[in-house]
This record gives sequence, structure tokens and C-alpha cells, in this order.
Amino acid sequence: MITPGDPAAPAADAQGMTVVARTQAQLVRRRFFRHRAAMISLVVFALLLILSFSATGIGPIPGWWKHDYTTVGSVVEGGSPTLSVVPTFLGGDGMHLGDHPFGQDNKGIDYFALTMRGTQVSIMIAFIVGALGTLLGVLIGAAAGFFRGWTETILMRFTDIIIVMPLLAIVSVLANRVGNAGPFWLAVVIALFTWTGLARIVRGEFLSLREKEFIEAARAVGTPAWRIIRKHILPNTIGVIVVSATLSIAGAVLLETALSFLGFGVKPPDTSLGRLISDYQSAFASRPWLFFWPGLFIVLIALTVNFIGDGLRDAFDPRQNKVRS
Amino acid sequence: MLAFIVRRLVVSAGVLLAGTFLAYCLVALSGDPLARLRQDNTPGVEDRIAEMTDRLNLDTPVPLRYLQWLGSASKCLVPFAAECDLGQSVRGQDVTFLLGNAVSSTLQLITVATFTAMIVGVIVGIVTALRQYSRLDYATTLASFFFVSLPLFWFAVLLKQYVAIDLNDWLADPTVSLPAAAIVGVISGLIWASAIGGDRRRVWISFGIAFAATAGALLILSASGWFASPGLGPVVVTVVGGAAALGLTALLAGFRYRHVLYAALATAAVGAILNLALDQVLSDPSYLTLIGLLLLAVAIAGGVGYALGGLQRKQAIQTSIGVAVIMSVTIFIDRMLSAWGNYFDAVDGRVVATFGSRTPNYDGGTWGNLLDTATHLLLPTIALILVSVATYSRYTRASMLEVMNQDYVRTARSKGLTERTVIVRHAFRNGLIPITTLMAFDVAGLMGGAVITETVFAWQGMGFMFVTALRDVDPNPAMAFFLVTGLAAVVFNMLADIAYAYLDPRIRLS
Repeated sequence: MITPGDPAAPAADAQGMTVVARTQAQLVRRRFFRHRAAMISLVVFALLLILSFSATGIGPIPGWWKHDYTTVGSVVEGGSPTLSVVPTFLGGDGMHLGDHPFGQDNKGIDYFALTMRGTQVSIMIAFIVGALGTLLGVLIGAAAGFFRGWTETILMRFTDIIIVMPLLAIVSVLANRVGNAGPFWLAVVIALFTWTGLARIVRGEFLSLREKEFIEAARAVGTPAWRIIRKHILPNTIGVIVVSATLSIAGAVLLETALSFLGFGVKPPDTSLGRLISDYQSAFASRPWLFFWPGLFIVLIALTVNFIGDGLRDAFDPRQNKVRS
Repeated sequence: MLAFIVRRLVVSAGVLLAGTFLAYCLVALSGDPLARLRQDNTPGVEDRIAEMTDRLNLDTPVPLRYLQWLGSASKCLVPFAAECDLGQSVRGQDVTFLLGNAVSSTLQLITVATFTAMIVGVIVGIVTALRQYSRLDYATTLASFFFVSLPLFWFAVLLKQYVAIDLNDWLADPTVSLPAAAIVGVISGLIWASAIGGDRRRVWISFGIAFAATAGALLILSASGWFASPGLGPVVVTVVGGAAALGLTALLAGFRYRHVLYAALATAAVGAILNLALDQVLSDPSYLTLIGLLLLAVAIAGGVGYALGGLQRKQAIQTSIGVAVIMSVTIFIDRMLSAWGNYFDAVDGRVVATFGSRTPNYDGGTWGNLLDTATHLLLPTIALILVSVATYSRYTRASMLEVMNQDYVRTARSKGLTERTVIVRHAFRNGLIPITTLMAFDVAGLMGGAVITETVFAWQGMGFMFVTALRDVDPNPAMAFFLVTGLAAVVFNMLADIAYAYLDPRIRLS
């Protein structure tokens, strides 16, 4: 391999044959940035994140949107959306937001503010679930794969027990109880049951890595177990973990909205995208926009996150490349 | 192999016991069934509290209550025992009774969904794998991403609001306009052209044929009023039988040796004749007769294949049985549609149902009732299979691509086997091995995963029962749900493991 700066480099460069040395991380980043769907999704998701968090504000910080998601107002024009995206020269009303771009619900609450708040809550829950579930999965999978023996048997049987129960059902049982305590605890409860898949994958990776020579070498010089795990094995499994964490966020969005739809998830006064859909289901015939906006945002979040995960998978594991290189 | 199975059995039983114990504790902790009664101030409420405490065994500590529950639940394992007892609901109904109805409803829903999803998903997966990097491949990948990201409950409500209402409105005056036929024709043309592939000339020819056939068929069916009173008739049954014979022969055996083709065609002919001869029997048969007839068809097909197969006996039997099954399904649909007019009047033209699993107080004989079930199954099945089809097609595609790069496939090609033999006999069979695991997970997952679909469509299955129980703080039905889904998960995972070990001996040895 020739690096720029080698004496041989200029000649090779003239023939267009320069090979630039890249680290593993650079290679991964390069492949990821070249994945078109993933990049588009990343941009869309970032915009969605900024929009939802800046519009209604976070905690005490107020957002830029004039309406609040709890303030009851008077219903204007049956609460129909004022958003218009067709410019005047195409025969539309021109591009403007209007007073209530997404319309109003039957109590006159601005629906844009509600949807933004719902998006915010759903995304927050999904991120907490992703982070916590990944942490649990990695810890349990790593311990089982590295220590083998009784530790492995107990941890893996425990994983089996969790997997045997239908995810949505067992989470609803707990969430029904915990939902009143706020979205954070709901996220914790969901994470308690979503780590199983990753734990199995991480265990598998550890089982094959721990037999490798470099681990044996590290052990031979007396490196303690936790340091071998942290410094030698974990960095080699980072690809699997990152991909799985991303995809688990998409799964968590769908799971949380489904729970809230059934009425076992986020409880009032707080709202989430699933809750909005279930609340306004009956108003569907007269005011369909109350139903469409939250659904659209769920699809957007899940789709973009799934594509980002797919791009990461291709970047970390180019063997199963789906895009022709 | 036996030791492997026994070990798996013991472990599975342990996992199931621990799982139900965990679920029992969580369900018990999830709420107080007496909460509503405690806020009640009407006279005599103490008696009701005491009565319910006694009925639900609420005085016993949870672990002990679990053991008692397990003790009476374990009697259910004894076949035909009348003592099977899963406790009572808060309203005093026997949970075994509730569960029996719920399980049969759910099974009805997921059997259809699973088979459809498997067949469609595997076919799509194989086609996209064989046409890797084609437009069809990209479009399918995109679509499967979309379906996986679609919130099921949202989609189900959309189906209910739009598909049901619009389809019913359309059925009131079913005509296909020229532009609509053209659009459907173009879509069909694109799919077929992309799936068949080949050079530019061939792509255009397949596009043209598919476009003309689809659009033409739609227009002719519309003009002849077929959509108002659909049916197939003996001619279509015969034609489908012949086409199935040709198609399956091309797929499974090829036309090089004629015996298989003769056997398949003979089966189709016997099927067409039997369809006419059994007209009396088929006009209003019992369900048992139907199953018997299907078995008879398979047996006859096997016999025909055996007799006419010659040197390709095994392939001939397989092909003939395939033809017989396809013909049976066609005759089944034909007969079911014969009840259309009667059913249409009975439901006032709102044929596509969105609520429950059958029309109350409707009895249209065997075929009418089957049609009634089918119209109720339509929307929930669509909602259920979307995600499954997406998963199946992606897994099958990945697995097929992996297998197609194996050395033994190259060997098969290099020794001069036809592409059909390479794909059907060498690649496809090995590519399906990983899918068996997925199928097992999917069936078990659907058992519990139909919760949302059942809630939206008010399908009185297990998911519906579970959600109702959780809302009413009713521990015993909720527990029955976990018991059945847990049992299904354990059993199907075990079956998958055993099937995997059987199909892939490397697993057994390690």
C-alpha cells in the first residue's frame, strides 16, 4: 500500500493509481456517506428533530411557535388546516403556514403544537429505549459470551424467558401501571424487554472473538477480564451494536405508539403520536387531518431511522452490500 | 437426534414455567381487581368484595397463588379431561370457555395470514434475488422498508375507513373505467416486465402482453357485469387446471421428459371431470366433506403421478399433487362465489366487513358462511400480512443471494444443469433452511402480535381478550393469553430447532 508522501507516490499518482491509506473508521464513514438513502434520511430526521424540539420548546424553554399544545382556543373554520404549499402561479393559495397549519382539534387546541409535542415525546422515548436497551443487551450479552459456564446458562435462559412472552403484551402489562409516572418511566419499562435480541447477537460475537489469538495474547500477559472486554473485544463488535441500536430506535417508536394507541402507554396530560391517533380516531370521518398528521410523522421517523440503520449496516459490513459499488 | 430433542424439551418446559411465573407476578402487580368495588358505596358491597376475593383467590400471596393456578392449569394437559381450569374472570365466566372461543378465532385469522404471507413473501424474495439490482428489486426493497416502518394500527384504521367504504361503494355499481384499466395495466406491465427481465426487446414484449392482458381482462369483466355477480364456472376451473399443470411442470420438472407433463395434465382432466360429476355433493357440503374431498383429490393425484410418472415418478407425484391442490382451491373459490348474490342482498351490499368475524344472524349454508368469513377476514389479513411479507421477502432474498454464491451452485451450473434445476433443486432448497426458523418465530409472533389488528377490527380473538382483560384489571384471562402465546412460542421454537437440525446436519454435530 502506498501512502502519499512515499517516494513512489507521484509516479503512481500520474497513472491514477494512488491508494490512500484509510483507517477502519474512515472507511466506515466513507461508505456511510455514500449511501444515498441513508444520507437523505439523516437530513430529514435531523430536520424533524429540530422542528419538533424547537417548535414547542423543551421543558422550561419556550418554543418559537405561537400556540401552546394545551391552550384551548376558539375553533376557526371547523378547525381545518390552513397550511398551503401550492404557489399562486399554479392556481393555489400561495405558500403560507396560516394560523393553524395542521388545523385544530375539537377543543380548539392548535394541532401543529400537539403534533410537535407528540413527536417530541415519541422521539425522546425511542432514544431512551434505544440507549438503555442497547446498554442492557451489551452488558448481558458480553457477560454471557465472555465468561461462559454458569453465567452464560443463567443469562441466556433468562433471555429465553423474556423472549417467550409477546413483547407488546408484556410491556402493556407493566406500562399500564407505570404510564402515569411519565414518559421516562414508560421508556425504562419498554427498554427492560427490548434488549433480548441484541444480547443474543453480542453473545454470539463474543463467543467467536474470545477464541481469537489476540485475546489469548492479552490474557497471557495478565490483562484483567474487564479490560479485555472493553479494549479488545467491544471495539470489534461496535458495528453490530451501532446498527442494532439504530434499528431498535425505529422499533421503539412503533412499539410506543402502538402501546399509546391501545391506551397503555403515554397518559394524559402528556401526549404522543400514538395517543393522538387513538384520541381522534372517532373524529376521522369529519376531520381526517387529526388522523393523518401524527401517522405521517410516525412513518417519517420510523422510515428515516430504518434507512439510517440500513446505511450503517452496509457501512460496517460491506459484504452484504445491497447497493452496487 | 433423540438426545437433542429430549434436551430441548426439558429446557423448553423450564423456560415456559419461568416465563409464566414472571408473567403471573407482573399481571398480579399490574392492578387491583377490587379497586372499582372499593370506591363503590352501595350497600352489600362488602359481600361482593369478599365474594370476588374468594373467587380470584386474592387472599393468597402471589407465588402461592401461582402454584395453585399452575396446579389446576396443568390438568389441561390431560387430553379430554373435564377438569381443565384456568380460573374465572372478574365477571365470573370460566376462562377456559373464553379461551376456547378466542383461540379458534385467532387461529382462523392467523392461519390464512401466515400461509398467504409465506407464499407471497418467499416468491417475491426469490424473484428479487434472481433479478438483483433490477428496478423491481429496488422497488421491492423500498416497499418493504415502508411496510416495516408503517404503524400497524394506523394502517388498519386507514384500511377500515378507505378500502372498506370505497370498495363497498364501488361494488354497488361495479364498472371499471378506461383510464383505471389503463393504469392497472401499466402497473401490471411494469411488474411483469421487470420480473421476466431479458434484453430490451423482451422487456417491451412482456410489458405489452401483460398490459394488454390485464387492461383487457378488466374491461371485458367490467362490460360483462362480472364484478356484479362474480364467479368462475367450470370453464375457468378447467383452464386454471391446465395452466397449473403446464406451469408446475415447467417449474418442477421441465418439458424434456414427457411423463411428468402427462401426469399433470391427466390430473387436471380428472379434476375438471370430478368438478362436474360432484356437482350434487359440492352444492352444500359439510366442512368434513370438504376436507375429505381435498384428501381424496391429493390421493387421486398421487395415484395418477405414480401410474404415469415412469422414470420421473417422484417429480410426477409432486407435480400432480400441486395441480390437484391448485384446482381444489379454484373450485373452492368458484363455489364460494356462487353464494355471492344471496350474500350481497343479505348484507345490503356492504360486502367488505370491518367488524367482528361474522355477520350476526346470517346463515347462507356452507358456502354462504364461508364467504361471510372470507369477507370478514379480508381487511385484517391484509393488515397482518404486510409486515410479514416484507420480512419474508427480505430474508428469502438475502438467503437466496447467499446460496447462489456457494460453490455447489457453481458446480451444478458447470456440470451443465439447466438454470431451472440449479435454482429449484440446488439453490431454493438450501436457501429455505434459514427461513424455517423465521416461519416458526412468525407463527408464534402472530399468535400474540395480532393484538392490534384484533382490537381495531373487533375480532374476538386472543389479542382482543387480552386487551379487554387488561383494561378491566382481570388477571385470569390475561394470564391465559400469556399461557397460550408462551406455549406457542416454546413449541414453535422447538420445532424450528428440530427442523433446522434435521435439514442441516452440521447443527446436530456441533
